Amino acid sequence: MALAISSSTTSLPRRSVTEPAWVRLLLIVSALGVLALFLLLPLVTVFGEAFSKGLDAYFGALGDDDAVAAIGLTLTVAAIAVPLNVIFGVVGAWCLAKFDFRGKSLLITLIDIPFSVSPVISGLVYVLLFGLQGWFGPWLKLHDIKLIFAVPGIVLATVFVTFPFVARELIPLMEAQGTEEEEAAVVLGAGGWRIFWHVTLPNIKWGVFYGVLLCNARAMGEFGAVSVVSGHIRGLTNTMPLHVEILYNEYNYMAAFAVASLLAMLALVTLAVKSLLEWRFSREIAAGTRHQKT
Amino acid sequence: MNSKRTLHLLAFLALAGTALTAPAKADTTLLNVSYDPTRELYQEVNQAFAKEWKAKTGETLKINQSHGGSGAQARSVIDGLEADVVTLGLSYDIDAIAEKTGLIGADWANRLPYEATPYTSTVVFLVRKGNPKHLKDWPDLVQPGIEVITSNPKTSAGGRWSYVAAWGYALHHYDNDEAKAKAYLTGLFKNVPVLDSGARGSTTTFVQRGIGDVLLAWENEGILAVEQLGKNQFEVVIPSISVLAEPPIAVVDKVVDKRGTRAVSEAYLKFLYSPQGQEIAAHNHYRPRDPETAKRHAKEFPEVKLFTVQSLGGWHALHKAHFQDGGIFDQISGVAKN
Amino acid sequence: MLATKSSVIPGFGPTLGYTLFYLGLIVLIPLAALFFRAAGMGWEQFVQAAFAPRVLAAYRLSFGGAFIAAAINVVAGLLVAWVLVRYEFPGRKLFDAMVDLPFALPTAVAGIALTAIYAPNGVIGQLLRPLGIKVAFTPIGVVIAMVFIGMPFVVRTVQPVLQDLELEHEEVAASLGANRLQVFCLVILPNLLPALVTGFALAFARALGEYGSVIFIAGNMPGISEIAPLLIVTKLEQYDYAGATAIAVVMLVAAFLMLLVINTLQKWRQSRFTAN
Repeated sequence: MALAISSSTTSLPRRSVTEPAWVRLLLIVSALGVLALFLLLPLVTVFGEAFSKGLDAYFGALGDDDAVAAIGLTLTVAAIAVPLNVIFGVVGAWCLAKFDFRGKSLLITLIDIPFSVSPVISGLVYVLLFGLQGWFGPWLKLHDIKLIFAVPGIVLATVFVTFPFVARELIPLMEAQGTEEEEAAVVLGAGGWRIFWHVTLPNIKWGVFYGVLLCNARAMGEFGAVSVVSGHIRGLTNTMPLHVEILYNEYNYMAAFAVASLLAMLALVTLAVKSLLEWRFSREIAAGTRHQKT
Repeated sequence: MNSKRTLHLLAFLALAGTALTAPAKADTTLLNVSYDPTRELYQEVNQAFAKEWKAKTGETLKINQSHGGSGAQARSVIDGLEADVVTLGLSYDIDAIAEKTGLIGADWANRLPYEATPYTSTVVFLVRKGNPKHLKDWPDLVQPGIEVITSNPKTSAGGRWSYVAAWGYALHHYDNDEAKAKAYLTGLFKNVPVLDSGARGSTTTFVQRGIGDVLLAWENEGILAVEQLGKNQFEVVIPSISVLAEPPIAVVDKVVDKRGTRAVSEAYLKFLYSPQGQEIAAHNHYRPRDPETAKRHAKEFPEVKLFTVQSLGGWHALHKAHFQDGGIFDQISGVAKN
Repeated sequence: MLATKSSVIPGFGPTLGYTLFYLGLIVLIPLAALFFRAAGMGWEQFVQAAFAPRVLAAYRLSFGGAFIAAAINVVAGLLVAWVLVRYEFPGRKLFDAMVDLPFALPTAVAGIALTAIYAPNGVIGQLLRPLGIKVAFTPIGVVIAMVFIGMPFVVRTVQPVLQDLELEHEEVAASLGANRLQVFCLVILPNLLPALVTGFALAFARALGEYGSVIFIAGNMPGISEIAPLLIVTKLEQYDYAGATAIAVVMLVAAFLMLLVINTLQKWRQSRFTAN
């Protein structure tokens, strides 16, 4: 379930292959209507509710001890989960894009599983494994190791859910780039690490960056999986999305949307950085791919 | 940017920075795993008890709270959430922890007064201001066109008490004719458009989303909703007969023994029975057990004809007949054959 | 397994080893636990738990809702992709960036916001109320949430294909007297078909498992507006581990089959692409 990096063309179609002006206008208006209705409106709602009681109330809600703890936990979880998946993403993409072997497409499908599995199921499997009623639960308890209902469990569930993000961004990119440059480097006598640092990494750095952005956004925003393995203890095992739910259930709607607005801002920053990079480096990215193809 | 805002922002950033490194310092921490509607109650109880404990022993106590649907919370404890005490919505849920894990002794209900239920409540109707649909009692709820909001009795304690209240009413009304009582419940749930998984979700649906004509709610939730969300928008209607809801509490034996927190956990639960604890419960709209406190708050808690769960056969029998897969609840919601 | 493409480049062994190790640790072993748990139930008990009437109703809603949402997304996504690629208008880049919002916005946040909008007292709910249309807390609400999370999948699969389409074909068709609609239906659409089908499958797979954004807006009535992932959680909360596991296995197998279909589709697209 990989998504190609989009880059918009600038040349526009000629007259004979375009529509009458009124059709164009109609299509543009309806497309923007769809986007506004389904995507923009929810975003506006979040910020509208968050600031409904003014700025002081907004910052007051964010400065609340439990909210701060939730923000801290979310940052911690992302700081562990994202690097783990970046390392895997780069290693996995190297293996899957630079070599051909039997069972490769099955392996790619397996890597994709966390994309399409319900997040609830990923929470459930860790409960079945590490819960007190699960396989390793009694052993963990005997050795006083806390996984479930503690930070490690939340990290595990997050790693599972964001598992394929970096790998799936890199595999098509590295496949498109081919292997000539690396082969040339081998001929010139470079070792594996040197090839990676000096030849491959510069070519895929933007892909890695996109992967990190998307992986991070999902890691910070995950709700279903984390909800199953967190004990919902205020100030201890509440991530930001869980804290949003808690505030919502306390009739504290303004504060719920205030914390939600931070997550929405994260989403906006993610998109902004992504678009900025695409725009600023589109030529470099395109060149990287094209250069390899010729 | 004015200076106050800057200050807020700086404070916020500083806090965000320290949150990663320094958890609140306390000599002892307790974890109270509770159900949805008790957030406000235990916020107040925890503060009062920590103060008392500090005065008595000099120990700084921090009590962490976890809230959610009663079943979900019990499930977390069963799966290994290390709660020192559980304060849940149903004795069935504490029994489940005791049976499935042995973390709690089977005799837990006999260790504290009133079968370990320090406060009670009942099920009432929350209606919109002026009661435009004239919903006075249980029979009004099955009228066509009435929308009733309640939560899922399989997962929510509040939903289960509401269900049992309706069932008990119907049995009383139809002279214990189960078929007729079942027909009443079928009619009732035909009028339910949204079934949230927790009591709090139902209140939000009714109050914030404007869905439904009547919310079946814990009495304490109903009063709280009126108080917090608009005195001139909602009112509480007390039906002619309802259930005596008894939310239970227990110390999780194996956890407190391991953590060495038995003394403080037991003192914490006993505190709920003290005059101060009872006063806090009453103040949070739970009916106090202590007769003195009850007298002081008599005006807030009108007398209702209440029946107990025991009079309906007890939780285990009710669970088996109604809430197991294929049971009466599944049958009346049309997903299981009669 | 033997590397055949390029044995010159070093690192096949270690990278494959690490990939398999990490995949096994994070994904395969945990999921295997699910299957072992289910296998321990015995066939009869499994069927009883996984295909009870209430569960079947939840599958119907999850699969049916995901199907409808994906179908809506194919139409809406094609429209959006078309406008973004073919037309120039102010703010185009901004709208283009906005398409990815559902990827980045946490699902619970989306769920709460959508509920606030479509509830009878919400911005859009208010408009629909006099018409007698209820969205929030009905199966329609479920579909709306699924459309939200699935939209970018279709747009982002169709967009690059649309960009790479050669305008010459359209010009030739036009010069042969075909009108614009005919060109679209007979020249453009067939070329987009593989991408549309892939986008549909991706949006469908995503919607099938979605939890966070759907539970807030669904009514969660058993048999009517209760989705399968919610039922898993509900079963867990009733201490019914076997029941939760059985439903999870069915959903997992469905998700895996969807992935196989998607990956096959993508191969089909690639082969078409190279054939062209």
